[in-house]
Amino acid sequence: MEEKTSLLRKPGFQTLLASIVCAILGILLGYVILLLMNPAHASEGMFAILRNFFKFAGNQKKLMSAMGSVLVKSVPVILCAEAILFAYKTGLFNIGCAGQYTVGIIASLYTALALHWNWLLCILAAFLAGALWGCICGFFKAYCNVNEVIAGIMLNWIALYICNIILGDKKVMNTTKSETFAVKDASLLPSFLSEFFGKNKYITIAVPLTILIAIGILFILGKTTFGYELKATGHSKDAAKYAGMNAKRNIILSLVISGAISGMAAGLYYLTGIEHYKISSSVPGMGFSGIAVAFLGGLHPIGTIFAGLFVTYITQGGQYLNTNYYNPQVADLMIAIIIYLCGFVLFFRKLMTKPVSKLGTSSNANAEDTNKTAEDKAADKKEV
Amino acid sequence: MEDYVIEMLHITKEFPGIIANDDITLQLKRGEIHALLGENGAGKSTLMSVLFGHYTPEKGVIKKDGKEVKIANPNDATALGIGMVHQHFMLVDIFSVLDNIILGSEPSKMGFLTKAEAKKKVLDLSNKYNLKVDPDALIEDITVGMQQRVEILKMLYRDNEILIFDEPTAVLTPQEIDELMKIMKNLAAEGKSILFITHKLNEIMEVADRCSILRKGKYIGTVDVKNTTKEELSSMMVGRNVKFAVDKDEAKPAEEVLKVENVCVKSKLHSNDSVHNVSFNVRAGEIVCIAGIDGNGQTEFVGALTGLDDIASGKITLCGEDITNKSIRYKNTHGMSHIPEDRHKHGLVLDYTLEENMILQRYFEPAFSKNGLLKKAEMRKYSDRLAKAFDVRSGQGATTVVRAMSGGNQQKAIIAREMDRDHKLLIAVQPTRGLDVGAIETIHEEIVKERDAGNAILLVSLELDEVMNLSDRILVMYEGEIVGEVDPKTTTLQELGLYMSGAKRDTRKEA
Repeated sequence: MEEKTSLLRKPGFQTLLASIVCAILGILLGYVILLLMNPAHASEGMFAILRNFFKFAGNQKKLMSAMGSVLVKSVPVILCAEAILFAYKTGLFNIGCAGQYTVGIIASLYTALALHWNWLLCILAAFLAGALWGCICGFFKAYCNVNEVIAGIMLNWIALYICNIILGDKKVMNTTKSETFAVKDASLLPSFLSEFFGKNKYITIAVPLTILIAIGILFILGKTTFGYELKATGHSKDAAKYAGMNAKRNIILSLVISGAISGMAAGLYYLTGIEHYKISSSVPGMGFSGIAVAFLGGLHPIGTIFAGLFVTYITQGGQYLNTNYYNPQVADLMIAIIIYLCGFVLFFRKLMTKPVSKLGTSSNANAEDTNKTAEDKAADKKEV
Repeated sequence: MEDYVIEMLHITKEFPGIIANDDITLQLKRGEIHALLGENGAGKSTLMSVLFGHYTPEKGVIKKDGKEVKIANPNDATALGIGMVHQHFMLVDIFSVLDNIILGSEPSKMGFLTKAEAKKKVLDLSNKYNLKVDPDALIEDITVGMQQRVEILKMLYRDNEILIFDEPTAVLTPQEIDELMKIMKNLAAEGKSILFITHKLNEIMEVADRCSILRKGKYIGTVDVKNTTKEELSSMMVGRNVKFAVDKDEAKPAEEVLKVENVCVKSKLHSNDSVHNVSFNVRAGEIVCIAGIDGNGQTEFVGALTGLDDIASGKITLCGEDITNKSIRYKNTHGMSHIPEDRHKHGLVLDYTLEENMILQRYFEPAFSKNGLLKKAEMRKYSDRLAKAFDVRSGQGATTVVRAMSGGNQQKAIIAREMDRDHKLLIAVQPTRGLDVGAIETIHEEIVKERDAGNAILLVSLELDEVMNLSDRILVMYEGEIVGEVDPKTTTLQELGLYMSGAKRDTRKEA
């Protein structure tokens, strides 16, 4: 039909708009919190967070270096979001991403610090560990009909304790500081454009690789028969079976891929050396932030990159807050609020589509219900 | 001047791309049963949504008792005494009948429910209109017919004057339909005004006083039912003359295509077989129909035949090859096409577009993929070709999400896909369920064409008209067994009925 669709009615544009609304709303709410805590310096605090590394504007080297750090730190959250998005598009809610990320930490750091493997092998180990963790989850889902959310959450904790045990090894862990030793030599990821980013040595091939992975996901889901099959299984297991697809295999494969990306996310972060793993009593938040980032990114592989950059930008902004006036935790609180609002992207989109969606009458209501459950699930996440 | 209880005058409702209602007028007299007839997508649902305030029309007015009213939301409609029995009931399964009836307008005193009064009112209504229900029974325990009576009581309990029935007979057995017809006449006699949405002409002829016809969003006219015929109604609805009997020549059966030997299927509900020792064959160039009352093992048998369900024992041969334990993919690519009973569950991926659904079993074939990449252009071309050939209508063509298409067009899409696939055997399970006469006619013609092209067809149907009109041989299934084989040319509906209810059974026991 040659109907001219206005820009406002294009789903892609609506998602973009909803994401922006969420981000702005999150920032405004954060400002309200600053106001409540210390009204006199609230504007100044907000400005510091938003101005972020641009405060080094006069100093080219420092500016680029700080910008580089944001890039490096956004890699794992973007990749976790891509992993979640991939599973989500194929009808699975991979909350086990956090656990898959954790086994990725184990595999990459143990191979790097205890075995001194080459970085490529370390990444491969993280990749396989994540895939294995996803596979366990997928196996239970496909053959025992165990909900992937339940299995995922339990596997998250199992991964965490295994991580604390294995990385507690003296070859890996500096026991006096309760954190792992620095990754060295061949185990470090090759640097990439670090000259350009003010000699920030943490800028590695992880950054371009992340973009490639996002494009790869876009390609697999949109263009290949493999993606076609996975998505069909995700939308309707029964129809997929009718069509002669192997639904069980597809469920497992989907979680294996999602897990592998999550595992790689850990490897591509810790092998830059920017952060050391510290013994922790809680599952790394990366997997959970990934859920929010995926939604903020409108469940689009490329949108997710920008969402991940934004979230990291704000997180990093917290360190520019004047600690005389504010507890540094405030930044985390603001991030929590923004992330929480990310879950509302679908809600805002629904508000925008309402006048249009009536065309599809009742059947559309179903579609909206599905969205809603996803949104509810996303909201539940943060309480886990 | 006539005594109209509700009038919808010159209603126009547009959606981007289509005019769903184009200057439609519908006048409901007090105490009449008024049928609203139209094909799928003719605008019946939109018109009702306007009446219920779900949509605001661009043009037109609604009058209640001659006075213009504004209906902005469903609450306004309820306040005007308009109630609706939906095709899919809106009942809480684990609540009692009484609880469901009072739900939303619970009588209470100081925050406590006063169910005793409510129960008395329900029982009074139930006696007055002869609507037998047990107020204390749970919804999940009662029959579909009784659930529908609960829905009717819900409207009466709210003192609704105008009752809308949206395709109420779709889910009922013939006996329950008779019962419903009586109830509707009763209600009308008591002064209620009834709007009856349907596309079953027999029911209109039986129960309605007047009938308004819509076609493609336009108002065609209103006729007095006693002065009209089924043929006139159907030609008004479809815009051309519709044949009720299927034109077909004598079947010329050739070689055996499908052979089923002693197939048993284990029941998921009880320890007995749901399908027991079923044996028969289907030859090229004939239509064999499995008739029977719903729930006598047809679904399970088709499941075993197509591979959707497990087969316990027996042997299935397709074109001389044993396919008993072959995968669904193998059957799909070796001559079996299947129009499934449940188009939403099995037949379509509802969130996929039309073009994606058209290649559901073929996406991996060289015609649609190369090196694991989908050939989008080929998909589009193929989908457009099938949509044109089978008159599948959709809002945005090949890129329409199937969920947004009407049921009839969804079904036509499946039929187009299954008929176009390379096959020797077509298994059609209730291929015309929920479709209007125009669509049914087309589909029947297609099936006969299939037969004449030398394909074997196994039809599974609950509609006796379809069974009698279409098939060359009829097998009757009762409690999981084939209890008889009859020739549609020599049998009668009565004889079929006896087989279907288990009162008669062939002693013949051969493959």
